[in-house]
Amino acid sequence: MTVLSIIRSRRFLLTAWPWRSLVFVLSTVPLAVAAGVPFGVLAAPWLVLLRRLFTGDADPVTALLLFLSGAASLALLGPLAARPLPIVEAHRLRLVDDRPMLAGRSPGRRLGYAVVLVTAVPVVYAALFVALLLLGVCLFSPLLVDGGPITFGVVTIDSVGQAVPYAIGALLALPAVPYLVAATAGAHAAVARALLHTAATEELRAELVEVSRSRARLAGAFEAERRRIERDLHDGAQQKLVGLTLQLGLARIDLPAETPAATAVDTAHRQAKELMGELRELIHGIRPQLLTDLGLAAGLRDLAADAPVPVSVDADLPRRLPEHLETAAYFVVAEALANLAKHSGATRGTVTARERDGLLTVEITDDGRGGADPARGSGLTGLADRVAVAGGRMLLASPAGGPTVVRVELPC
Amino acid sequence: MLNVVLAEDGVLLREGLAGLLERFGFHVVAAVGDAGELLRAVAEHRPDLVVTDIRMPPGFSDEGLRAAVRLRRDDPGLAVVALSQYVQHGYAADLLASGDGRRVGYLLKDRVVDVSDFVAALRRVVDGGTVIDPEVVRRLLGRHRDPVTRLSPREREVLGLVAQGHSNAAIARILVLSEAAVVKHVGSILAKLDLPPDDSTNRRVLAVLTYLKGEGETGPQGRG
Repeated sequence: MTVLSIIRSRRFLLTAWPWRSLVFVLSTVPLAVAAGVPFGVLAAPWLVLLRRLFTGDADPVTALLLFLSGAASLALLGPLAARPLPIVEAHRLRLVDDRPMLAGRSPGRRLGYAVVLVTAVPVVYAALFVALLLLGVCLFSPLLVDGGPITFGVVTIDSVGQAVPYAIGALLALPAVPYLVAATAGAHAAVARALLHTAATEELRAELVEVSRSRARLAGAFEAERRRIERDLHDGAQQKLVGLTLQLGLARIDLPAETPAATAVDTAHRQAKELMGELRELIHGIRPQLLTDLGLAAGLRDLAADAPVPVSVDADLPRRLPEHLETAAYFVVAEALANLAKHSGATRGTVTARERDGLLTVEITDDGRGGADPARGSGLTGLADRVAVAGGRMLLASPAGGPTVVRVELPC
Repeated sequence: MLNVVLAEDGVLLREGLAGLLERFGFHVVAAVGDAGELLRAVAEHRPDLVVTDIRMPPGFSDEGLRAAVRLRRDDPGLAVVALSQYVQHGYAADLLASGDGRRVGYLLKDRVVDVSDFVAALRRVVDGGTVIDPEVVRRLLGRHRDPVTRLSPREREVLGLVAQGHSNAAIARILVLSEAAVVKHVGSILAKLDLPPDDSTNRRVLAVLTYLKGEGETGPQGRG
């Protein structure tokens, strides 16, 4: 809420808001002075220009030069001088506006606010000060009139008798003072917020869009890199390793048994076979060959066939989907089936995969005890990120007592 | 001398395999790199045995398998061994369904490095046998179908060897059992799976596999 929204309330005078407005107004004075000094220096050419225009000794060339140099120094150095303003105002605005505010970073907008602060603000505040002073003088005029006549413009008060109506009028106007202060503070705060905060949200939105895009780019590059590594390993290292192991197997047969050479080659052959197994596992973890060759439906059936509990697969996917979607969906199902086997106590599972209206939906259901918590270190959290990067979402429903349902939706 | 046509797109492995086959007394009449060349080479050389990779150019999915099935359809007596990168039940099923289910083999590619076992498997196929990779059998057995869970661990072991095309005598040697004990196990397995007792190795293999495949979910529609 802001002071301007409270001001209409009947209880306004009983709240802390009038006092907070007063602190705001009072604290504006040192701030405007502090801002006025550097801007006075930056605008010095214009002040000189003004003086010369008044005295009349400004030839057009000098006037133009003075005007341009003032504009240049303000445009170039003004944003720098105004740099602390958004941060200071973000703190001060809390006095009269408790909505969250983020200091913006647009140089143009903070320069604009600085200009308001050193031009309009002194005028408005001076008017407020004069009004309050007038009210004070009227209020105490019966006491002050003893020291001599009081004059405001055309009105002159000479005696106590003349002063009393002014004092009564001022007394009646006194309750309006908090409203006046609050209105001034509120108006100032609204201008400050408009100039300093709106910019912040726009910047944030732009930044968020950029961050999402760069996340997608990073994820895409990451995925492409994984694929490249997988392909290199598969087409290069794996083929060569099979060839090497085959040669070792052949060599072993031709060596006389029980000789040191035969034993060494035998050991080498065994180690090469182990390495083949490890490399196969590694490649499988990046992207299973079966998934690449035959697609998601076959990949899901393969996962189900390997699960320690019976898992039925109902995959209706008439066309091949983009590679990164297949991979994301495949690994979510792999993780979900691993969790199903490890934690759920389920005796059966089902996997359904559908592509409808540009949305790939994969659902894994079990008949287990439920209570799966994605926060408790399950690999599903990482996979949810992967799904999110692909523009999709992952949902987990696992009430105590079951069943657990993991659902992935990917736009394709 | 047995004439062999070899199809494998990886140059290194193709040369390795050719060397291996020559070393064990096969005569490699053609070594080719894709399914089209395979069909042409078989038409030209009329070999005794075809050894082919399943995944080959241009599509890198199951070109080799489709070529093998076509060759078997044209000549059901042709011995074909297909090498697979990974276990895909549909591949094994398609191969077994081609011809009369004899003289076919489905092996994981990695098996070639166990050279003696690999050559023995090739010879079993040429001799009219059926060879299915142990991994395929292991996965089929791991399917938690009710009747399979009734098998004892020893019976599962025997069933695995039966599926690989071993005779009772060979199984007895591998498991260090008497042949009579093996015959008893096989009889017990066939009974538990409600299959007619049969002495022919290939028909046993086929019966067991047909049974295990069951329920239609590993057929061609399994390849989305």
